[in-house]
Amino acid sequence: MGLFIAQLLTGLANAGALFMVASGLSLIFGVTRIVNFAHGSFYMLGAFVGYSLLQILPGMVGFWVAMLLAAIVVGVIGVVVELLVLRPIYRAPELFQLVATFGVILVIQDLALMIWGAEDMLGPRAPGLKGVIRIMGEPVPTYDIALIVITPFVALALWYLITKTRVGILVRAATQDREMVSALGVNQTWLFTGVFFLGAALAGLGGAIQLPKGGADLMMDFNILASIFVVVVIGGMGSLPGAYLAAVLISVLNVFGVTYIPQSTLVLMFVVMAVVLMIRPYGLFGREEVAGEHGQVGEVERPFKPAGLNARLMVAAFLFVLALVPFYGSTFSMVLITDVVIFCLFAASLHFILGVGGLVSFGHAAFFGGGAYVAALIVTYSETPMEFALMLAPVGAAMAAVIIGWLCIRLTGVYFAMLTMAFAQLLWSLVYQWGAFTGGDDGLVNIWPSDWLNDTTVYYYLTLIVGVGGILLLRHAAHSPFGYGLRAARDSARQAEAMGIHTKRVQWAAFTFAGAMAGVAGGLFVFSKGSIFPSELEIARSFDALIVVFLGGVKTLSGGVVGGAALETVKDFLTRFEYWRMALGLLIIGVVILAPEGIVGSLRKARESFGRINRPEGEV
Amino acid sequence: MTEVLRVEHLSKHFGAIKAVDDVNFSLKQGELLAMIGPNGAGKSTCFNMMMGQLKPTSGAVFLRGENITRLAPRVIWRKGVGRTFQITATYQSMTVVENVQVALMSHNHRIFSFRPYAHKLFRDQALGFLETVGMQDQADRHAAVLAYGDLKRLELAIALCHEPDLLLMDEPTAGMAPKERLALMQLTASIVRDRGISVLFTEHDMDVVFGHAHRIMVLNRGRLIAEGTAAEIRNNTHVQEVYLGGGQLYKKSEEGSINA
Repeated sequence: MGLFIAQLLTGLANAGALFMVASGLSLIFGVTRIVNFAHGSFYMLGAFVGYSLLQILPGMVGFWVAMLLAAIVVGVIGVVVELLVLRPIYRAPELFQLVATFGVILVIQDLALMIWGAEDMLGPRAPGLKGVIRIMGEPVPTYDIALIVITPFVALALWYLITKTRVGILVRAATQDREMVSALGVNQTWLFTGVFFLGAALAGLGGAIQLPKGGADLMMDFNILASIFVVVVIGGMGSLPGAYLAAVLISVLNVFGVTYIPQSTLVLMFVVMAVVLMIRPYGLFGREEVAGEHGQVGEVERPFKPAGLNARLMVAAFLFVLALVPFYGSTFSMVLITDVVIFCLFAASLHFILGVGGLVSFGHAAFFGGGAYVAALIVTYSETPMEFALMLAPVGAAMAAVIIGWLCIRLTGVYFAMLTMAFAQLLWSLVYQWGAFTGGDDGLVNIWPSDWLNDTTVYYYLTLIVGVGGILLLRHAAHSPFGYGLRAARDSARQAEAMGIHTKRVQWAAFTFAGAMAGVAGGLFVFSKGSIFPSELEIARSFDALIVVFLGGVKTLSGGVVGGAALETVKDFLTRFEYWRMALGLLIIGVVILAPEGIVGSLRKARESFGRINRPEGEV
Repeated sequence: MTEVLRVEHLSKHFGAIKAVDDVNFSLKQGELLAMIGPNGAGKSTCFNMMMGQLKPTSGAVFLRGENITRLAPRVIWRKGVGRTFQITATYQSMTVVENVQVALMSHNHRIFSFRPYAHKLFRDQALGFLETVGMQDQADRHAAVLAYGDLKRLELAIALCHEPDLLLMDEPTAGMAPKERLALMQLTASIVRDRGISVLFTEHDMDVVFGHAHRIMVLNRGRLIAEGTAAEIRNNTHVQEVYLGGGQLYKKSEEGSINA
């Protein structure tokens, strides 16, 4: 009984930081509609800044002043990010901003590395709260008790701010209808900045107050990201009480999970989320998102046309050059192009559901990594020929996509995105924690192709044929009646349903198809590397593809491929430098600001403004 | 003439509010039936129940004798019912003709086909429907740049694609200029004549209603309060009271100019 209560209290204490970070994310999303991937970075900065402040400020008063100061400093950093990075791109297509916030993650990671070094910091204990109290014989740190007491006060203060003050009314009004608020003469720009300050400060506070429990390290940003998304989604977007309840639920479950079922701690959270969303699709306290049918920000997609003769000739010439690489290029260039082609296929498959289908998936790595693991596991545990295993990779990925798609497709918008991410994480944690079967963190090694393919040049041709073939197949699908049905469901589900199209079924099929194509990429990947690790399934991998699709241009047909090729090539070049993350992050932010329609979209715009091709419509 | 649509005791309650309350009517083949009523009378709710977007609280809808209540919109469409929306719904990322082609693909069960070059599929047929509504010259324009009246005509072309025998039009002329309104209704009336289909439409513009409808129903606070020909409705004192708060519903002198 004593242990039970002690664990319950630990869970409640852990919920504090989680709630603060999650409510910040929820606020920012609610008002600005920006999915802020950099929120975990604000949390990490809170911890590091708090750590440095504690070196200067001694004593009990100093400790709490340092906590508050850390929050303010991070809030100001949030404002800087908002002013410099996000303000120029509010008019970009929906969700485009998340690419910029991803760039911010990279920059902050390297900045933290420069300033605080790679060592993990042990957080100092809070003066006056260093001891433990015993509850039925079980020790509970006094600091935990303090956190349990403080968190509801922070929550109450926030609740008061949001529900009772003028600022809060504006924030809620902006959450419901931004256009109306600005039509009523509210300066939206500064409202956004203010909300960013508050959201970032909350994340910073969360990072600082958990210092005595967890310290500070460079992995904190990604480690907490999944949890806070889960908390926000379980609680219901934009609901403070929901966020608090969900934070408590997740933290307590986590503590008990560690004790009673240690092999499933990572899975637990996502199982809870999946269950909650299946019963209450919009979270515990969330309301259905009323997405306007024509609520798209920015320009509408242009009608697709099959490539003209010139474009076809250019692509053919380019492929011809690629086919000749083994004759004049180095082995290194073949390896690089193999990587790029595989990544392009992965990105193109995401682009198919995201761009053509309008379904934003945050968990597409599940099918890339999933396909790779299917092939790797088959080769490891049975005497299956490699060629057959390679063919089973898309089959396995498609099976996963059928199940995940069936569970996710009834949700829309950001809830769909979150649920796909949850299932990808579920898959990742299964692979990570089921070490006996999947090799866990050590991955699966010695997965080589058959002898006839086990040569860089031969495998290069295999990748080129299968990869380019896959990309062309995806492109072809976009031009087929199926592609038209999918676009119809995206443009106006109402009209599509009223003309006999089963929109959910079309989207489900598209999700499965895209998953299978990602599985092809995964299969090619695992045999080109000879090994596979859980990192191919993790959030960062899903984000890679997402970033690339947006960078290339989500509203263009070739965006995924062009973005994939550009990013993978640049990455390969930049990773030679020590602070490559910062360089890449700045580059991404730069592209985002200079080319808010993505690379392809903005090039097309530029070309049109030079008048070399006629715009399809003069009056647009 | 055969009966195409019959609505029996149709009701929709939102809590204590009876948006539609025990509505009964039927529609014959080749008939142009108007449903009028002030804002909030329950016209759109009625429409949404007939098309399957809303589930009725009670009552039933029969299409050629078959009960279609509570079927999904796409199933009702397959049974030969077309509809246009009060607020237009078209595929903004496609060209005008492609919008019609998608409807034809769906009608011919080709949505799950991976056949290449779908932009050529049913194109000639689609152009034919565009010609019917007078939009063939705009076939290759981007739907996102169309004027509102043209979007309404495009929706009509889409709704005709599966050769429906019943067309439900929710405020077909809302947001159009007076001239366009009459043109669209004349077009609709000619389609009714040529193809022998039945049309049920709601409308606020009395010129359109009294000039074209064969029969008129008046809905108020969810209840059907009158039904009859234009002349009958015009002289119905009950309608005049609840609908216009007294006064003449439609002036005789203008009638000539509309029908001319």
